[in-house]
Amino acid sequence: MTPDDTTLVGRSVPRREDRALVAGQGRYLDDIASPGGLHAAFLRSPYAHATIGGADLDDIRAMPGVVAVYTAKELAALLPGGQRLATGLPSSSIAFALDRPILPEAEAVYVGEALAMVVAVTRAEAEDAAEAIDLDLDPLDPVADLESAARDDAPKAHAHLPHNRLASFGFDYGDIGAAFDGAAHVVSRRFRIDRGGAHSMEGRGVLAAPDAMTGRLSVWSSTQTPHALKRHICTLLARDEGDVDVTAPDLGGGFGPKLVTYPEEIAVAAAAQALGRPVRWVEDRREHFLAACQEREQLWTVEMAFDAGGRILGLRGTLLHDHGAWTARGLNVPYASGMMLPLMYDVPAYDLNIVVTVTNKTPVTPVRGAGQPQATYVMERLLDAGARVCGLDRAEIRRRNLVTPDRMPCPRPLKLRSGEPVVLDSGDYPETQRKALDGIGWDGFETRRAEARSRGKRLGVGLANYVEGTGRGPYETVSVRIARDGRVKVNTGAAAMGQGVGTALAQIVADHLGRAPATIDLTLGDTREPYGFGGFNSRQTVVAGASADAAARIVRGKVLQVASHLLGLPGDALDIEADRVVVRGSNSGQSLSLAEIATASEGLPGYRLPGIETPGLQATERVLVEGMAFANGALAAEVEVDEATGAVRVARLFLAHDCGRMVNPQMVDGQIMGGLAHGLGNALYEKMSFDDEAQPLTGSLADYLLVSSAEMPVIEIAHSESLSPQNALGVKGVGESGVIPTAAAIASAVEHALEDLGVEIAEAPLTPQALHAAIRAAKAAKGDTT
Amino acid sequence: MSDKTDITLTVNGTERTISCVPRKTLADALREDCRLTGTHVGCEHGVCGACTVMVNGAPVRSCLMFAVQAEGAEVRTVEGLAPEGGLSELQQAFIDNHALQCGFCTPGFLMLITGALEKDPGMSDEDLTEVLSSNLCRCTGYRNIVRAALAAAPAIRARAREAAA
Repeated sequence: MTPDDTTLVGRSVPRREDRALVAGQGRYLDDIASPGGLHAAFLRSPYAHATIGGADLDDIRAMPGVVAVYTAKELAALLPGGQRLATGLPSSSIAFALDRPILPEAEAVYVGEALAMVVAVTRAEAEDAAEAIDLDLDPLDPVADLESAARDDAPKAHAHLPHNRLASFGFDYGDIGAAFDGAAHVVSRRFRIDRGGAHSMEGRGVLAAPDAMTGRLSVWSSTQTPHALKRHICTLLARDEGDVDVTAPDLGGGFGPKLVTYPEEIAVAAAAQALGRPVRWVEDRREHFLAACQEREQLWTVEMAFDAGGRILGLRGTLLHDHGAWTARGLNVPYASGMMLPLMYDVPAYDLNIVVTVTNKTPVTPVRGAGQPQATYVMERLLDAGARVCGLDRAEIRRRNLVTPDRMPCPRPLKLRSGEPVVLDSGDYPETQRKALDGIGWDGFETRRAEARSRGKRLGVGLANYVEGTGRGPYETVSVRIARDGRVKVNTGAAAMGQGVGTALAQIVADHLGRAPATIDLTLGDTREPYGFGGFNSRQTVVAGASADAAARIVRGKVLQVASHLLGLPGDALDIEADRVVVRGSNSGQSLSLAEIATASEGLPGYRLPGIETPGLQATERVLVEGMAFANGALAAEVEVDEATGAVRVARLFLAHDCGRMVNPQMVDGQIMGGLAHGLGNALYEKMSFDDEAQPLTGSLADYLLVSSAEMPVIEIAHSESLSPQNALGVKGVGESGVIPTAAAIASAVEHALEDLGVEIAEAPLTPQALHAAIRAAKAAKGDTT
Repeated sequence: MSDKTDITLTVNGTERTISCVPRKTLADALREDCRLTGTHVGCEHGVCGACTVMVNGAPVRSCLMFAVQAEGAEVRTVEGLAPEGGLSELQQAFIDNHALQCGFCTPGFLMLITGALEKDPGMSDEDLTEVLSSNLCRCTGYRNIVRAALAAAPAIRARAREAAA
């Protein structure tokens, strides 16, 4: 079925999730009652690096309410399948394994690492006891600084390591030497992007409940990937996969860190099983600051060569990537950065060395954007610098280098981490940029800037283009079945995390089966289905959407076959409307309910099936996806800079955006605006600060600033829909879109506002202190000491 | 620290007596002892506002208030915004304007907006927008929350004025 005016795909159908959530009837992890249940709390390392000695636990066990106390030694007996989480994606570039222990035995490697667990009757009692554990810790030299971490003489983040370079790899094509030898202009820059967190409003959490009658272990976790958690629990606890259920309840946001399986989830499941009682742990905000995975810290030293006309000849340099203390996901973030850097522009020669360093900081895994915001920041900053040396408008130098639509689908000389070639699937990048420029009023801006300047105000406008790799394969499972009561049952490995994926999948399925989403019952993150992945990489509407579309199409065919048999009419004379099969264009009143058809499809003893080869109205599809669907956009930003204080006010953001066919335009806008808000935080506010002992200095939302409604500028979005040839629906993902270009566009605008001073922006976030220092330095260089 | 105190308070119009240790927050008492889990705990530092409820008609952070401090108080939570099975104008406006995604911060915003307008029906749209910066949301980018608040504000103001008259 091709989407058209009559389909649900493409319409802002109200979200099926909302009614319960606005009424306070959501069911988040900590809302699940567990009568007789216990609470876990963790003792966390106060040091970034320390050897772990012994502790006298008898006093702790005697504290009020305490039921059990576990260090690595006690927990080992509960983990017959191993004591480490092997969660990293494979890569031949990795020099040494750093799989996380559930609880470390000998060495703590970041502040906040869980070292011991107390289980008690109440959470307060568990926390009291965890705090009272006097664990003997002997501090070691920490690796706190990304830059020095890579050096041979640096302290080692783990005492046994030969060095801190977890991986050295890169991207390399074209004749880079010739590109620079023949260049008319070269720009060289260093860029620093800081660490930040995800800060879903709900933290992580897990509840495990053993059933004494059946021996089953039921686990609820606020996770984006229930299938992965189930696999790890079954492995480490040595349980049969049929005896463990993992369910993700309503998630209070994900944004990346909830895609990896954590030690706390395993420890709680193990304790619940051992104690024969439900055990719950709910992360508090302080723990989220310390122990939920973080991202973004990178240091780039790069240079770009241009010909006299501003065409890019080559791009080379080094990316230092902070990996944190353990391998919790792999090299996917720095890989994405390196792959995305030259992707949407014509860069004939590319040579990037990536060094991934282990530090004594919280492990790094994707946070909304996953390496792409950093790459976009670097590329777009280099193009702004290039525009200056080439004497071109910033938009013009981009236009001269963007991949043009006549070349789509456009193979690039790069590979996905699977080894598959990167192919930009569709999109009109120059047109997208043009729409953003029109939207922000780029051409008339000089007049406005001059007028504002005459009133003592500094305005600037900036631009950033980007692509977003979405729809990571290999597949997601979707089963569609019409039950005997006529309800459409959709079960999938796709996992909800608040983004409304259930609404989107219901739209896709309903288009084939009566166009009445109210007849659909969804089970998301269904771990009874053995094959599934969950939510990350802006993948689910693309990948699960493709399977949902295929499965619903098959079930529609079966419905019509059975109905055709029962009614004695050809299948193409029939259609499904809401929960009935009707005769097209007829007012005969002849119809059958889906319930009747579903019942008939099961068959009767001794009779043939009614017009179908296999019983039931059911299909399970796992549509294989190899390449990626690349969404794209251009963000234009208008800012006002206070020269005296370094404060930046973002006045307007105009995003021209293309994520292929939009399943639900209102939800697309919602994803984009949330991403832009997060991007605004990355541009100006969100900075995880550490002292030189790798001790976090930002441990609450009072000192790590999330954007509030007061900081939000006027936002306008203009959509295009370049259908992706990657899937039947033509959709692309959108979850990370808004966050990718924001810091780049705002930096560009700030530079523009301070153009006459020659201030260059090379870091994100750009705090008032940093900008104030840059303004003073630029003035001093000009001999102006005011 | 573990000696429990009986507290009598009115929650959503129903008087309840619960027994809490003195250090228990009002948020935890509502969630655990009253089983009203619509009030969410997001930061426990009084910054995010997810736990906002109304105490004696004013929006407060229930993570910063001890349950024992609510002795004799009238407490209203998201579960009390509309009669059983119904939705308030503001709840409906949140749905209509796509003002929520994960929904975790939503009850706090609903109580903040309702409480601010009931307390001061004369509050201007500009001041209402300013009040919204009290709470944090990571999903929506706020624009649709502002839209929902402004859409429902006239109805909330009218009802508050009616009640005061």
